[in-house]
Amino acid sequence: MNILFAFLIIASLGLLLGLGLAVAAKKLAVKKDERAEEILAVLPGANCGACGYPGCAGYASALSKGEAENGLCSPGGAETSAAVAEILGIEASAVHERMVAFVHCRGNNELTQRDYHYQGIEECSGAYMLFQGDSSCKYGCLHLGSCMRVCPTNAISRDALGNMRVDPDACIGCLKCTLVCPTKVIRMIPARGSHAIACNSLDKGGVVRKICSVGCIGCKICEKKFPDSGCTVTNFLSEIDYESPMTQIGEAAQACPTSCIVEAR
Amino acid sequence: MQKIPTFRKGGIHPDDKKVLSNRQAIERLPVPAELIIPLSQHIGAPALPLKQKGDRVEAGEKIGQGASFISADIHSPVNGTVTALNKVTLANSVVSDAFVITPDTENPMGIWEERPYEAFSAAELQKIVKDLGIVGAGGATFPTHIKLTVPRGKTVDALVVNGVECEPYLTADHRLMLEHSEMVVRGVMLVARMTNPKKIIIGVENNKKDAIVALRKVIAEHDFPIVVTPLKVKYPQGDEKQLLKATIKREIPSGKLPLDVGAVVLNVATAFAIYEAVAYNKPLIERIVTVSGEAIATKRNLRVLIGTKVADLLAYAGLAEEAETYIAGGPMMGFAFYDDQTPIIKGTSGILAFTEEAHKQAPVSPCISCGRCIAACPMGLQPTKLYRLIDHRQYSEAMATNLMDCKECGCCAFVCPAHLPLVHAMKLGKRLGRK
Repeated sequence: MNILFAFLIIASLGLLLGLGLAVAAKKLAVKKDERAEEILAVLPGANCGACGYPGCAGYASALSKGEAENGLCSPGGAETSAAVAEILGIEASAVHERMVAFVHCRGNNELTQRDYHYQGIEECSGAYMLFQGDSSCKYGCLHLGSCMRVCPTNAISRDALGNMRVDPDACIGCLKCTLVCPTKVIRMIPARGSHAIACNSLDKGGVVRKICSVGCIGCKICEKKFPDSGCTVTNFLSEIDYESPMTQIGEAAQACPTSCIVEAR
Repeated sequence: MQKIPTFRKGGIHPDDKKVLSNRQAIERLPVPAELIIPLSQHIGAPALPLKQKGDRVEAGEKIGQGASFISADIHSPVNGTVTALNKVTLANSVVSDAFVITPDTENPMGIWEERPYEAFSAAELQKIVKDLGIVGAGGATFPTHIKLTVPRGKTVDALVVNGVECEPYLTADHRLMLEHSEMVVRGVMLVARMTNPKKIIIGVENNKKDAIVALRKVIAEHDFPIVVTPLKVKYPQGDEKQLLKATIKREIPSGKLPLDVGAVVLNVATAFAIYEAVAYNKPLIERIVTVSGEAIATKRNLRVLIGTKVADLLAYAGLAEEAETYIAGGPMMGFAFYDDQTPIIKGTSGILAFTEEAHKQAPVSPCISCGRCIAACPMGLQPTKLYRLIDHRQYSEAMATNLMDCKECGCCAFVCPAHLPLVHAMKLGKRLGRK
């Protein structure tokens, strides 16, 4: 008899609570934006934050509400943009060109002079706190690899010479490395760019020559002898205009006295 | 016997090494061939330059104007000519504009005549302190006139003068209290006139007994209402928070100033500078610097002009052997630097040079969570937790774990058996967490 009572109490309790849950599920239901769900499914899911929204879900919900501009997803590129446009029923907007990060420095610890021997935490900002880094060049790479550790796709690695390099095929253009870099030596270049300037120094030529053997000395050979290379020198630093045809860039790279025009791919 | 007070929480007892230089009387360094006067020698906005390249300057002439509320004026230490306005990097990594001044070959020093000062009112005294560029000489270089201007509605009931000098190696304040006790005490009385405290205390650590005797003798002669309190030796007693705890048993709440608990804390060297400013109309253009460390041939206490290059001090004291590291300030909280062309600024209390042997760093190993850093932290923080958060780039989490209460005294790093760079991590965390 006792068993029956227990059984009845538990059963009726379960029935009652179940009923409550059923009512609550209907009454307190949270409305889901189905379009946001769909958009989230086509986004790459890297959660890199390059679009400026907190992760892919944040961007998807902003897109579905019409608050965000389509085409901000740099990892997804044109494909994702088109898919999102289809879901939203709008025309695919012009996609921004795919940009990749590039470390504008090849001055490793042997090629560039050091001011002191850094012994602190393995973090570029930590070295930058002390006299803007141990490198005599205050514009260059500090080689402690903070960028490498924040990269969501492991696109950045240290090469045999100790320089930091970005794999342009793996880079999704999320800008995380550019934000963590204290000397701002990582800047974005178009992914199609064949060459890049491997120097970030705005010091005068004489100063650069004294402290680094692979820095741009602002000699203007690239600009004057190879006018179709796309190189222009401002503030003692050569810069490539990627909109130009860049037909002579290979020759300019050959002619550069400190060979700081390097292949980017 | 009366119990000698100290603060209770945390603290360490490093080898104080003061015996290397505490018997050396203060000497005046000859005027160097060139002075570098940075415009940012204090906390707050850099001063604005008032002179240009080629201008003549007189000793004591104002050459930099304080730019905002928290800022201080800069004065020329010598008669001479401005030869350049350059950018220099100071020992604390601050990049500042700086005058390069070449002193005259004849009579470069100014002449400072004593003037009667008893008639000055409190407001006039405060103006003198402001106009003559006095900043805290203990190392933090906070503009003193702000400290001495008590806001309306607040009262000061204790003026605590800091003669602790708890950093190892440094003996500049010790020698100052011993040799210029009269001027220090008179400076303290001037500060008392500006702030109207109910009691005046000079806290001196017990390893400077001769200084305590000298101060007490002067106070007794003039019958001043000043108490000299000997304190048990413990680092970091020279910090204002620990000093107030040790002397008047008050705790400053997180993020507050001594004034919020009714106290004003001031260094003895600042009191001395105030006396010189008021009695001789002499701006803060020189200070006493201890030159010590294992690589120095003869350790000294030197009276040097602001802007003197470290190389000049080292040349005067003599390097025993090739120095590997220089430190500006004390070994616990000072700044390591490498360039001997760095100038002495208003806050430089010492220049230490170490051989490679003396500063050798033990290899870093992982944290074993032993908790020694927690026991040593005078602020009651958890350095081990903070380090872990900073190591994992959780800067905002670290800020929420009271990172800003850390004053970088270095007790945690001193006791850490894993030799972790804890203070460096705290500094990094603060810098990145503030963004």
